[in-house]
Amino acid sequence: MTPINRRTFVRGTLAAAAGACLSACDRLTSSTAIGGILKSAESVNRTLSRTLIGQSLAREYPASAISAHFRANGTTEPDSESYRRMAENQFADYRLEIGGLVENPLRLSLAELRAAPTRTQITRQDCVEGWSCIAKWRGAPLGSLLNRAGLKPQARYIAFFCADAPANSLEGKVQYYETIDLNDAYHPQTILAYEMNDQTLPIAHGAPLRLRLERQLGYKMAKYIMRLEAIESFASIDGGQGGYWEDRGYEWYAGI
Amino acid sequence: MRATHWLIALSLFVLFLSGLQIFNAHPALYWGNASEFDQPLLSFGGGDRAFPSWITLPAEQDLAGGRRWHFFFAWCLVAGLGVYLVANLSRGRIGRDLLPTGNELRGIGRSALDHLRLRFPHGEKARHYNVLQKVAYLGVMFVVIPLVILTGLALSPAIDTAFPPLLFIFGGRQSARSLHFFGTTILFLFFVVHILMVVAAGPINEMRSIITGWFAIRAVPDPKSTNVKQVHDSD
Repeated sequence: MTPINRRTFVRGTLAAAAGACLSACDRLTSSTAIGGILKSAESVNRTLSRTLIGQSLAREYPASAISAHFRANGTTEPDSESYRRMAENQFADYRLEIGGLVENPLRLSLAELRAAPTRTQITRQDCVEGWSCIAKWRGAPLGSLLNRAGLKPQARYIAFFCADAPANSLEGKVQYYETIDLNDAYHPQTILAYEMNDQTLPIAHGAPLRLRLERQLGYKMAKYIMRLEAIESFASIDGGQGGYWEDRGYEWYAGI
Repeated sequence: MRATHWLIALSLFVLFLSGLQIFNAHPALYWGNASEFDQPLLSFGGGDRAFPSWITLPAEQDLAGGRRWHFFFAWCLVAGLGVYLVANLSRGRIGRDLLPTGNELRGIGRSALDHLRLRFPHGEKARHYNVLQKVAYLGVMFVVIPLVILTGLALSPAIDTAFPPLLFIFGGRQSARSLHFFGTTILFLFFVVHILMVVAAGPINEMRSIITGWFAIRAVPDPKSTNVKQVHDSD
């Protein structure tokens, strides 16, 4: 064989092998057994980063770092009739329901939320897509609200149920929901934000109330929160994976 | 040793393909902490897929799937590198085989020229890494791969919280993301040259040596010897 032929041959073989490998990989991704093996990295990552991170705070930035344009991702305006009516009225009729495994279920208006303890933080939001934006958020620390409601001992997660329905299924609209565990729920930077950059939270960013979970990716930070529940397990909610995006293959632990 | 080479190679291969899938979700790079969307450092594909389906894993647009492959094989890479480093450092192989001598470094221009003409060392010299190989392997192992791992870690909001200096070193999370991409580009170029050199130096013999450790050396004409072929274990 001449060197050129040999090279062409090897290159062709490599390309064919790569192609075969790729289509095999695609079949592997859809196979549940392999999917399970690949997903095993998530629990390792969760355990490891939780150990490393402890209760430390996510970095907070100076006001000069605030992004001129903060991208609004996902739903930018829920299209339900009830949400529209609330929005027209500046959310005066809005009540955040706190229920589930709590001693005293609560219904809080925005005025009552504003009267609760507050925290302001300038933080970076990392989207799973890869971009980052920085903004100033003001809201009520979730932990203090949960203390007011009094968690029952069986409570292990907090579930957020939202006004936006990003998808349709045969049974109707699929509502956005998200779950976090108590470790994150009681972190000092975990707040239910009603202000962004010193303004009332805009609709595109989740008015009237959104979650800030600063040590995880943006898809965990539910917008348009209507109701939150203390729960023992999220297995029976929708797809059972603990969130709208989790039901679509994304990790429940979004710290990486 | 040779097993770790192949574990590292497979991991980098999967990380590369799944990384392109992840990159496609937002095919633009920025410098600093955050993304100024109208001032990207680089922007690909005009909002469409930046990399075509035949080179991404999975082939169709599937960010969640790409992330699962990426994070699993990141651990495979760490395992391969860990074994490689422990085994090599404990046997002193890196100092002995890979650290170039002063003389070799002075001859680097000559060696580069010879390689460009596809004139490779033969005989006794072919038994050892030449100076270009040493510099390339050391650079990849101790500069580029660590850079890619550290910038990858800096993309995690949790790891950033645990080790704030990571963000400081790389100039912000979006800078780290760009450096992750550029480091990968260097690794890809290394891969291309590495493969070309294996092919140009005789793929059958080279592959046999990488897989089994046995290789043949074309002897330099030597009046005292009639050997034309010697077979040795490289490890």
